[in-house]
Amino acid sequence: MATQFVIDGLKAAIEGKEILKGINLEIKGGEIHAIMGPNGTGKSTLASALMGHPKYEVTEGTAVLNGEDLLEMGVDERARAGLFLAMQYPSEIPGVTNSDFLRSAINARREEGNEISLIKFIRQMEGKMKELEMNPEFAHRYLNEGFSGGEKKRNEILQMTLLDPKIVVLDEIDSGLDIDALKIVSNGVNAMRSEDRGFLIITHYQRLLNYITPDFVHVMMQGRIVKSGGPELAQRLENEGYDWVKEELGIVDETVGQA
Amino acid sequence: MSTQLSTPTDRQSAEALARSKGEPQWLVDLRGEAAELAGTLEWPKPEKIRIDRWNLTAVGNYEQGQAAASVGELPSVVTELVAEGTESLIVQQNSSIAWKQLSADLTAKGVIFTDLETACKEHADLVQPYLFKAIDKGDNKLTALHAALWNGGVFVYVPRNVEVELPLQAILFNNKSEAAFAPHILIVAESNSKVTYVDYVVSEPGTTTEPFVHHSVVEVFVKSGAHVRFGSIHHMADNGVDLTLRRSIIENDGRMEWVIGDLNDGNTLSDTTSHLKGNGSNSDAKVITIGQNDQKMSLTTQAVHFGRSSESDMVTRAVMKDSATAIINGITKIEKGATKANGVQTEKVLMLSPKARGDANPILLIDEDDVKAGHAASVGQVNPEQVYYLMSRGITKQDAERLIIYGFLAPVVSEIPIDAVREQLQRLLERKLEG
Repeated sequence: MATQFVIDGLKAAIEGKEILKGINLEIKGGEIHAIMGPNGTGKSTLASALMGHPKYEVTEGTAVLNGEDLLEMGVDERARAGLFLAMQYPSEIPGVTNSDFLRSAINARREEGNEISLIKFIRQMEGKMKELEMNPEFAHRYLNEGFSGGEKKRNEILQMTLLDPKIVVLDEIDSGLDIDALKIVSNGVNAMRSEDRGFLIITHYQRLLNYITPDFVHVMMQGRIVKSGGPELAQRLENEGYDWVKEELGIVDETVGQA
Repeated sequence: MSTQLSTPTDRQSAEALARSKGEPQWLVDLRGEAAELAGTLEWPKPEKIRIDRWNLTAVGNYEQGQAAASVGELPSVVTELVAEGTESLIVQQNSSIAWKQLSADLTAKGVIFTDLETACKEHADLVQPYLFKAIDKGDNKLTALHAALWNGGVFVYVPRNVEVELPLQAILFNNKSEAAFAPHILIVAESNSKVTYVDYVVSEPGTTTEPFVHHSVVEVFVKSGAHVRFGSIHHMADNGVDLTLRRSIIENDGRMEWVIGDLNDGNTLSDTTSHLKGNGSNSDAKVITIGQNDQKMSLTTQAVHFGRSSESDMVTRAVMKDSATAIINGITKIEKGATKANGVQTEKVLMLSPKARGDANPILLIDEDDVKAGHAASVGQVNPEQVYYLMSRGITKQDAERLIIYGFLAPVVSEIPIDAVREQLQRLLERKLEG
């Protein structure tokens, strides 16, 4: 079945304050959607609410991936159903090596007794690390501990490639990346494009979209998608900023939930 | 009255026991003096924990056991710790030695690896100058009692410039509550020598049904430029009390590494102290523990700096379950004259139960201006952000928490230099954490 992901009327709150005010979005396998918008408009909240971060409370709506509502599931079940979120601020976990972590994540998707063999796993991991130009030593380092911002982001992409998800959400994957790292990360994403995988890229800069061409671009303000278009919309935002959108829609303050 | 507790020995019986074992006169005298001291001294008084409320008198009676004909004859609690082809091994069962062997190669190099009772008879010239010199038998009732009653034990002697490549291994176990179990470990590493020693102190499961006390003292002498790695896992039954004091004296440019797993099921007093006597001397201590049920533990790491440019690093990690208590003391003491000394310490406690108690007490005592010293201490729960991150990759909540807890203990587990012991430690941690 071709991947289909439908977010319908999603509302979410943090500490009782509503941030997402009804998000509607449909992503099909093979499509790349970009969500752009200034800081504080709810972009990252959307990513966290979809993944199920404990601080965010979904108050309304559904997010159906191939017939199953992710919002009814626990965080780990969402991941096993095919959702992957590359996080803006990945956690550091001392004492757990990157390779032990990755193997646990892969095995979590397999039946007990059918775990990936160590040799096969190492071969896969080393191959992908090479593609992402990661130092092989990172396999044995503790998960994200002492990694630079760019190294953490590359490590997120490594996880994405090894876990073979159906829907990938990239939350500000470009922040903290220099131009070389940005290209490597983009290549990693482009290599993962396929008919049965959809992408949702959250960013507030156009520059990532020079390397990953989106099919659809959405602008988020005040916890809603206020404008959608094709790649040319991203280009216009890059050239002219967000003021024209605000003017067109009569928005004075684009942020949401700011005290 | 300072104490109501009786002392389970006296001069006469300690001397009589020593003579009956054919011990040399100097040792008979040492034991006699110690027994007399034991009657007058008080138990150690660690911070915030009353060990004098523990059953400290069940030290048992000396029992001469049989030496085994082969390692394979020993119980599985021993054999599962010994890798195929191990050539240097000492096994103590209750009060006496059940097995000992040293590789021909090391024997030829002049290395001595034998039980301490034998060493006192055969190598008195090498033992006497060191025995109870890193720790004074008159420190307190525990040191005195131990000096009077220690049995079996291990003696390691590494001559100058000799590097022992493979770890020397000892397994010290008890399987009878009434039998005295009190090994004394003495390690002497001469100048520019190198050695790794690893022991596993354990009760054979299901055998010790009555209360017992294991008292033990470890003394390590690191001569100039020498390097000693000392690994020790303690896992005795919940009806046992473990009283273990470890001391090392480190001379110029010597290095001491402690890797300790205090993983008993019963009450534990553990004190691991390095005296950085020499200039440029260096000590590193890593301790892990898991507290469970209602056990009580006092765990101390200490570094005392005398030498210039001496350096110490101490790390203690504790996972606390159920209603267990651990008082964790880290003491960095820098004496006047120890210029450019650098002492750092970290104590971290992971609380898995609201009824457990874990206190981390970093203590810095500094009498010299030109030094560096640092400490960090934390008591916390499993971080929900970390759990979320792991779960977001498909790992179940239970597995995520387990990974985080093992990760917390990893700094010590990964340092155990014998594969068979490290694997056994891993299984032990699993049992304690899942149980």
